[in-house]
Amino acid sequence: MTSSEVERTPEIASATTDHGRHLEQIWKTAPGIAGFFSTVDHKAIGKRYIVTAFAFLAAGGIEALIMRAQLTGPSEHLLSPEQYDQLFTMHGMTMIFLYAMPILSGFSNYLWPLLLGSRDMAFPRVNALSYWVYLAAGLFMYAGFAIGAGPNDGWFNYVPYSTRPYDPGLNIDFYSLGMIFLGISTSVGAVNFILTVLRTRAPGMSIDRLPIMVWGTLTASAANLLVVPAVSLAFFLLWMDRQFETHFFDVARGGQPLLWQHLFWMFGHPWVYAIVLPAMGMVSDGLPVFCRRPLVGYTVVALSTVATMILGFGVWVHHMFATGLPNLALSFFSGASFIVTVPSAVAVFAWTTTIWLGRPVITTAFLFFSSMIVLFVIGGVSGFMTAAVPVDWQLTHTYFIVAHIHYVLIGINVFPVVGGLYYWFPKMTGRLLDERLGKWNFWTMFVGFNLGFLPMHLSGLRGMPRRVYTYAEGMGWDWLNLITTIGSFLFAFGVLLLFVNLVASLRRGRIAGANPWDAPTLEWSVSSPPPPYNFAVIPRVASRHPLWEDRLAEGGAVRSSVTRGMVLDHGRETIATTPLDGEPDQILKMTGDSYAPFVLTLGMTVLFVALLRHWWWVVPVSGLAILAALLLWLWPERELDQVAETRS
Amino acid sequence: MVPPVPESRRSNNLVIASAVFVVAPVTAPAQAETPLGYLRSFGAMAHAITPLTWGLLIISLVVCVIVIALVLGGIVLKRQAGHITAAIPLMRGGDGAGWVGLGVGISSVVLLGSMIWTVVVLAAINEPPSKPALTIEVTGQQWWWKVRYLSDDPSRILTTANEIHIPTGKPVRVELIGADVIHSFWVPLLSGKTDVIPGQTNVTWLEADRPGRYAGLCSEFCGVQHAHMGFEIVAQSPRDFEAWWNAQLKPAATTGSSVIARGATLFAYRCGACHTVRGTEAGGAVAPDLTHLMSRATIAAETLPNNVGNLSGWIANPQAIKPGTLMPTVYLSGPELNDIRSFLLTLK
Repeated sequence: MTSSEVERTPEIASATTDHGRHLEQIWKTAPGIAGFFSTVDHKAIGKRYIVTAFAFLAAGGIEALIMRAQLTGPSEHLLSPEQYDQLFTMHGMTMIFLYAMPILSGFSNYLWPLLLGSRDMAFPRVNALSYWVYLAAGLFMYAGFAIGAGPNDGWFNYVPYSTRPYDPGLNIDFYSLGMIFLGISTSVGAVNFILTVLRTRAPGMSIDRLPIMVWGTLTASAANLLVVPAVSLAFFLLWMDRQFETHFFDVARGGQPLLWQHLFWMFGHPWVYAIVLPAMGMVSDGLPVFCRRPLVGYTVVALSTVATMILGFGVWVHHMFATGLPNLALSFFSGASFIVTVPSAVAVFAWTTTIWLGRPVITTAFLFFSSMIVLFVIGGVSGFMTAAVPVDWQLTHTYFIVAHIHYVLIGINVFPVVGGLYYWFPKMTGRLLDERLGKWNFWTMFVGFNLGFLPMHLSGLRGMPRRVYTYAEGMGWDWLNLITTIGSFLFAFGVLLLFVNLVASLRRGRIAGANPWDAPTLEWSVSSPPPPYNFAVIPRVASRHPLWEDRLAEGGAVRSSVTRGMVLDHGRETIATTPLDGEPDQILKMTGDSYAPFVLTLGMTVLFVALLRHWWWVVPVSGLAILAALLLWLWPERELDQVAETRS
Repeated sequence: MVPPVPESRRSNNLVIASAVFVVAPVTAPAQAETPLGYLRSFGAMAHAITPLTWGLLIISLVVCVIVIALVLGGIVLKRQAGHITAAIPLMRGGDGAGWVGLGVGISSVVLLGSMIWTVVVLAAINEPPSKPALTIEVTGQQWWWKVRYLSDDPSRILTTANEIHIPTGKPVRVELIGADVIHSFWVPLLSGKTDVIPGQTNVTWLEADRPGRYAGLCSEFCGVQHAHMGFEIVAQSPRDFEAWWNAQLKPAATTGSSVIARGATLFAYRCGACHTVRGTEAGGAVAPDLTHLMSRATIAAETLPNNVGNLSGWIANPQAIKPGTLMPTVYLSGPELNDIRSFLLTLK
């Protein structure tokens, strides 16, 4: 092969059965254990992300239920204070780091190449690496909990309480190293998403034709790339303080507790937007399908996604209004926190108008998507209240904030995700989820959630502080907590119904067909589940809604084509296009299955365990394993056009 | 935290309770159902904040009602029969941008107004309305509050714990010192929160209009007993406050029966490394000053009402009541416990 191989003019043809069989041979993953550990298929990785994230969701949910049992009434004795502290820390850490972002990475991993008309993500092996590292980091942090040394200083992990003099166990070491480890997964995943959207879209898919979910994940990924280093650094400094008595946070020797808070929230607040923007994108893409019309205000919604993130970089101090910073500085961050609401209002009114100007069909997915608008607004206005500094001085650290964060994270992440499951499960499995059970699923989750979390606003307004393992009677909180506990168990039952529906429908669900919802985007043009190569020929895109454009008279003279396009079957190939206009640029040779990502992850896991246990001699050994894995990974391959011919 | 003192226990006797079991020498104001509910206010800072809280709360509720009505209305009026999505024909539909613009426009005006209101309130409470009557240094530590009344006259400097008396009608400057980890100082009915951060001195101020007891608590997670790190602001008329201060400055009276004398000696020996009782040999500085223990309404940072039973239980086994508290279990025989308790009960 020569470089002309990637610069050749691709053959254009219609998809045939023979051609499909040929591609299947090229792209399919080996069966059994070998394939399991070596696959780089984005669909397999996406499903693993989703399953793993839901497993963590279940774990975090059980932790929450145990806490709610403790708080059912005043002065309960189910848990010791230390147990409670580990539980609320694990709950926060699990939901925010091990569920909320990975679940969205799962959907994006699964869907992006299908949405974009590509055969895989830009860097398939990096994709596999980001999953394995996520799993390893999650298990690493849970290992601490399993041996009774789970993180116990809250997910925000404020110093000096998290420094060695106050918290001497391994608890915070597990958390510090685990977060640095997880940061590797998030970062490489973010790079992959950004490069994928810039490079591997179908010809004709200019940036004004991207699904909003792609905008959401792209924006979130760019943010993650910028902010994850801040939190990795913070945890690294803390780990150094704890192991080697450096003084970054040691007040007695000039360390700064607020340094931690700045580094953490510079990361933490953008992260909050990063774990909702892709989910908002799911609603922007899914809701219109069930309203039988395009989204109202596509352009402003896409721009507001980006605007939210940019403004989101300037609001972190609203987590620190009570720390004694000068009021002038607080005014700036207060103003920014009010302004960041504007792009959210754009999305809310765009969705609402889409319902009004459409023909809504009441499916389970629609119920989850549309109810999200309401939950988003409730979580939004409580956030608006905390933007006002003096009001925040009252609200912060109370259950009002607990209510706020749950309306935001469950409302804008969990509800769209479950809606997204009802919407895309047929694509992933070939079978529809049961709609009858789905309605039960929705109503128990919706009623349970509001029953559980709406009263928390009032608990907070009545002064109930967060993170207390018990409370005295007579404060006006008793009945509110009782209702909250009942609601949370009902909500959990709703989630259980979802799991039941998933398992049952996987076996017995109605066969979906390629496009059960008559949806407009490219993923619905291929079979359900899609073949390993996604598209037999690379589609040509001429509008935002390739599968609707005939009926909507979109796209002008040129029409999208999913049946006739570039063949690209000289090995694993897809087309690279230009970043803005999506014009064909070059043939991409895609890497195949490899054990390297898995081996690399194993090497890193050993490294982190060695750092945790101070097995210093193991560190260079794991370093060698990591080096070996990287060599295996980067070894030039003839199939990838990386080996030059010396003789012609 | 302890619920507010019930009506029957309130006493009009001023300054110091006459009997050991009667605490709360001043009347509690309006803390009925919700002693920490900050939608009412009893002092200058809270008076400034509460209308803003209510204002934003009402705006928020109105926004929720409007959006819920819009979503529900759209669904109810526009819903299609059946649930087969593909059976409903597609439509290009109206542009709708005008509606989005209208909604965002109205929202922006409301946001801008709220922002200006916020800044105005923030400026108003930046400084106390008049020169503070006195400065109190409050040190937050796991899991109680050390309180020092500062004065230019060194003989008037007073150290106490967990119960902060202030004069009514005048702002009081509060300097917040962090001794170990981060805490947060919060008296919901009087002011907002200010974090207590080691390595920096944060300043806030308090003012109460009327005499009364106002519950306060640590509101930043600070370890296993964060849930039991309460305090109380006791607002008194300036005259009563002066009298209280003068009384607190006196050392403990050490005369009494042999039981009490034995108790004092035993206390100094067994408890004095941590606790101070002025006028005795107990001079420890790491735990609350107990010189006038029995003038306080509660023990263990608002964990228990201060009475003989609770005091005995607390001394005998603090870890059972407040697991993880830094007060160790000091093994005392029955008679020893009785002696120490008898001594403590004289610390009025």
